[in-house]
Amino acid sequence: MAVAASTATPERVIVPKPKWRPLESERNLAWLLLLPTMVLLGLFIAYPFMRGLMLSVTDSRVGVPGEFVGLDNFRKLAVDPIFHAVVWNTCLYTLVTTIFKLALGLWLALLLNRTFKFKAFTRAFILLPFIIPTVLSTFAWKWMFDPTFSVLNWMLYQTGMIRVAINWLGDGDLAMLSIIIVNIWRGVPFFAISLLAGLQTISPDLNEAAAIDGARPWQRFWHITWPLLLPVTMVVVLFSVIQTFADFQIVYVMTGGGPANATHLFATYAYQLGVGTGLLSQGAAVSLAMFPILLLIVIAQLLYIRRVEVR
Amino acid sequence: MIEGEAWRRWVYFRIPLALFLIFLLFPFYWMVITTFRPDGELYRPWRAVNYTPFWTWNPTLDHIKYLFSETMFATWMWNTMFIALASTVISLFCGVLAGYALSRLNFPFAGSLGTGIFITYLVPQTLLFIPLSEIIRNYKLGDTPWSLILTYPTFLIPFCTWLMMGYFKAVPKELEECARIDGASRWQAMLYIIIPVAVPGILSAGIFAFTLSWNEFIYALVFLSSPEQKTVPVGVVSELIRGDVFFWGPLMAGALLGSIPVAIAYSFFVEHYVSGLTGSVKG
Repeated sequence: MAVAASTATPERVIVPKPKWRPLESERNLAWLLLLPTMVLLGLFIAYPFMRGLMLSVTDSRVGVPGEFVGLDNFRKLAVDPIFHAVVWNTCLYTLVTTIFKLALGLWLALLLNRTFKFKAFTRAFILLPFIIPTVLSTFAWKWMFDPTFSVLNWMLYQTGMIRVAINWLGDGDLAMLSIIIVNIWRGVPFFAISLLAGLQTISPDLNEAAAIDGARPWQRFWHITWPLLLPVTMVVVLFSVIQTFADFQIVYVMTGGGPANATHLFATYAYQLGVGTGLLSQGAAVSLAMFPILLLIVIAQLLYIRRVEVR
Repeated sequence: MIEGEAWRRWVYFRIPLALFLIFLLFPFYWMVITTFRPDGELYRPWRAVNYTPFWTWNPTLDHIKYLFSETMFATWMWNTMFIALASTVISLFCGVLAGYALSRLNFPFAGSLGTGIFITYLVPQTLLFIPLSEIIRNYKLGDTPWSLILTYPTFLIPFCTWLMMGYFKAVPKELEECARIDGASRWQAMLYIIIPVAVPGILSAGIFAFTLSWNEFIYALVFLSSPEQKTVPVGVVSELIRGDVFFWGPLMAGALLGSIPVAIAYSFFVEHYVSGLTGSVKG
């Protein structure tokens, strides 16, 4: 603007010679401010991603550089029965835990959305499973599931629900159930608190108006609360699905992928191959195999979120 | 909000909430009680007649003593603290600057860079740990705290940037323009006007980043190997389990003590933490 004005009437406006201030240009300042971020993300995300792609098409092991083998690693995975189990386990684990986390988290959020004594206190305590380092709290669960000393077995036995000990982590299906329970336990607070924040943005007037018009609580939830909460719900689910799909800590501590590979997920199998047995390129191939699936999930959800928001 | 007869309040509100609290908090109670339970009681099968699960009459500090005398627990605590603080500071620095640039400056590719950072926000650590471990080795960073201090920002910066963008967007443009009219440079306006207004956001991002780095496991597990370099989660896993033998008493004591710093940090900044958490999922 100023420049345009000064060229139009050069004889009347005295333009003071500007000091050389490169940071006054938005573009220069922006690049300078973004530099540290781009360097770190480039070095430790973009570059490793390329290295991972390169690794996955060689046959490197620890200490052996390896030769180019094309898509051999992926071909091996396609016929590897453990990898098939890994894909199935991961999908099952993600689907079941997400459904339960959403249902329980929403329920808990609705409970917390009321006014009651010690509300702030309760809310602070509810987030604990999400705050405390997962590995450490998972050990408490592993101890609770211990076949010989299990307090859960004791409770079930005392209440008459079981007669013989349940070997929680020794049986494939039960081990799967156990890790699913722990994941739900860890994820419910995140869902509850995020959804609660969403609920608090919904004006109570809407619910009151509907109540005056005679809507039942269930109808009010279904026609008012749920649609208004949907954008927040979708984002929360997106985050949770990605974290769950790529989960490592819970399975590593609880079962290590066992018994007999019954609970391996992508990450634990990649760890076992890449770090445990030193088959670097195979491990890299397993964890990269997550990428297309994650990408599909992200794209699908982002498109859906956009559609919901436009509506 | 709560109306109707008393039984409705119990059935629809108090009992479900109590059950949720028991489900969510019982493992921590179990952690605490195990920490103070003597070994004789600890290894008593659940079928035993004198199995008293929920209380102990002979509390002991043996497990905690074991932790400090037989393992390097104090060192692990210090390592974790140092790594978490250093990576949080780095991430805040980068995240605040990047968040400012992406939310308040016009420049080419701003939109696509923002999207790019959002996508790295969604890259899980388990996707890259194998190639990254190679890179760490090549840079001669293996088995040093720097291997974690430099890699943790990869999942903290996107989060901090995202959160700070939200805060910066909420600061009215006029505030900055006033300062510019008064002769402040862009740099000064950012440093003295905008960033101070966003301090609550910086606190939220910081406390969230601190808990995330305290919680991180797989990078620490893969990059660190000697006991004196380990972080609490990795140290507990690798030094308190020998083969098939779990040292449950010290394990639970380690889990309890290892959680305390995060719990304290969290309890001081609950509100900031919650706004960080909910800010991180706001699109």
